[in-house]
Amino acid sequence: MRLGTIVRRELLERRTQVATSFLAILLGIAVIVSVKNITFYSEKAVSRELDALGANILILPKSVSVQDYYSADMQGAEFPEEYVTRLAMSDLEGLDNLSPKLSVPVEIQGKSFTLTGILPKQEFQAKAMWKGAGIFSRPQGCGVVAQVPGAADTPVTENLVRDRVIDTLGSSDALVGADVAGFLGIGAGAPLVLLGRTFSVVAVLPRTGTVDDSRIFAHLHTVQELAGKGPVLNAIEIVGCCSAISQGLVQKINRLLPEAEVVTITQIIDTQIKTNQTMRRLSTLFIVIIVVVGGVGIANYMFSNVFERRREIGTLMALGARSSFVMNVFLMKALVLGLAGGLGGYLLGTALAVTLGPRLAGIPVLPMPSLVAWAVGLSVVIALAGSYLPARRAARLDPFDTLQEV
Amino acid sequence: MLRLEEVRKDYNHRGKVVRVLDRVTLEIGKGDYVSVVGPSGSGKSTLLLMLGGMLSPSDGQVLVDGESLYELAPDERAVRRRKTIGFVFQMFNLIPYLTALENVQVPLLLAGVDDVRQRETAVELLGRVGLSDRLDHKPSELSIGQQQRVALARMLANDPAVVLADEPTGNLDPETGHHVLEFLGDLHRHGRTVVMVTHDPEAAKRATRSLRLQDGAVIPA
Repeated sequence: MRLGTIVRRELLERRTQVATSFLAILLGIAVIVSVKNITFYSEKAVSRELDALGANILILPKSVSVQDYYSADMQGAEFPEEYVTRLAMSDLEGLDNLSPKLSVPVEIQGKSFTLTGILPKQEFQAKAMWKGAGIFSRPQGCGVVAQVPGAADTPVTENLVRDRVIDTLGSSDALVGADVAGFLGIGAGAPLVLLGRTFSVVAVLPRTGTVDDSRIFAHLHTVQELAGKGPVLNAIEIVGCCSAISQGLVQKINRLLPEAEVVTITQIIDTQIKTNQTMRRLSTLFIVIIVVVGGVGIANYMFSNVFERRREIGTLMALGARSSFVMNVFLMKALVLGLAGGLGGYLLGTALAVTLGPRLAGIPVLPMPSLVAWAVGLSVVIALAGSYLPARRAARLDPFDTLQEV
Repeated sequence: MLRLEEVRKDYNHRGKVVRVLDRVTLEIGKGDYVSVVGPSGSGKSTLLLMLGGMLSPSDGQVLVDGESLYELAPDERAVRRRKTIGFVFQMFNLIPYLTALENVQVPLLLAGVDDVRQRETAVELLGRVGLSDRLDHKPSELSIGQQQRVALARMLANDPAVVLADEPTGNLDPETGHHVLEFLGDLHRHGRTVVMVTHDPEAAKRATRSLRLQDGAVIPA
């Protein structure tokens, strides 16, 4: 026989009382797990929606007005392309999808459009001096579309629209906006002459409803050459991680590029940050309530359990039990309750989240195995903390008082 | 073996001090069989628990093999109790949710004996008290007499040199009581020191020495 045998037998002996305590822990943990689970997928969904909006930080020359976010790069002011190198070589966390741009006006068949030079991602990675350092050597996990179950993957042709970055782009390739393609009546594979150079249209971009629909995208260095302006840019678009932005990413970029203006889609980010903060606060509030209520409930149960078992405690002492043994009888019981309550709470909470998540938050929710350790840990801590004083009282009982009939 | 020196014990009862033992000096030698009689509330049980290291005196010393019991730390006293002293209670004090076998295993568990030896020893002890066929019965599934026999087996588990019995026949029918007294007599014959508190004059006569507790003093019966 071991200490565990005594604990197990006693738990089975007082099933009703044990069930009540177990249920209290189980329900508490279930609530926390379900809130955390739904919150996690809710944040992912919001993040995905935000990501679909495209770049959320814009680096511009100081003199540029930022009233129109989408056309801020078309005001003629320039800064050196070297800014991209500075960003890529920096240790800034939360940057993703740098997109340097140079825009020049072009006239086709009497109508004005914008030729925008962009740098394909492939060229960042090909630059030997940037290897092993900079943003592409460390996965950030933000700015990347969150994989939400049930949501379809984004088609490759939308990458430029969403991420502001395209993986590969030849020096004579062109991507044309929906308005341009419609006006010229061209599609993929068609030739297009701009500033005396013939481009091949590799794709027509989906309609965005922004000024981008009137753009033609080509390789940055080709546009720089055609414009005769050298290695300069009008803007750098960045997808920044929202949490990084809230932690001062914009200010950090400002310090890195003091000669440039850094702006962000503040409203959208604020909304997302506020939503996330509200969910986190709610989750914290639940944790505090459960810890207090659960801890007090367990303590109450354990105190009454110690009282009921006074004679048994006295007998153990008469048989030579040390105070640590008596204490462990109660703490191990608390541990068992905590483990069972935590595990059960995780299962119930997950079931609730998966079932109710889509109805309450309108998002698909999947089980999160990472919450098992968290739920069980919290439950055990609550049970042990609530049981410590009763267990200590048991260990310090006067043996004579416990054997009153003697 | 056991010695009380100038022991005094006072209780506070609703603000009033009640003196139960008053400067008691007593020596119980190794292998003695002592019965303690006296009216209810005279302090018999107090004396017994004090000898067992369960109740500290208000004044004076309790010595076991020359060692002052209450100068030891509580946990050291618990170890001393486990190694030297076996209690027999009037109400048996079996743990209700454990089987007879497990109840006997408890002192062995406390002594750090491994599972296999615990079980072997407990089976043998329950066999000695005639309960080989009741190993897996809980106390509620046993008769009163059987419960006391389980308690006796448990008391013997750590082979104590001193047996302290508090009204061991108080709750038993005459026949079962007789068997229990025979059992205690056997323990004494095998060299153990037995101290028995009892109301029963016939039971008291079985001891080799009888003491009376009266007005806080111990006198020969």
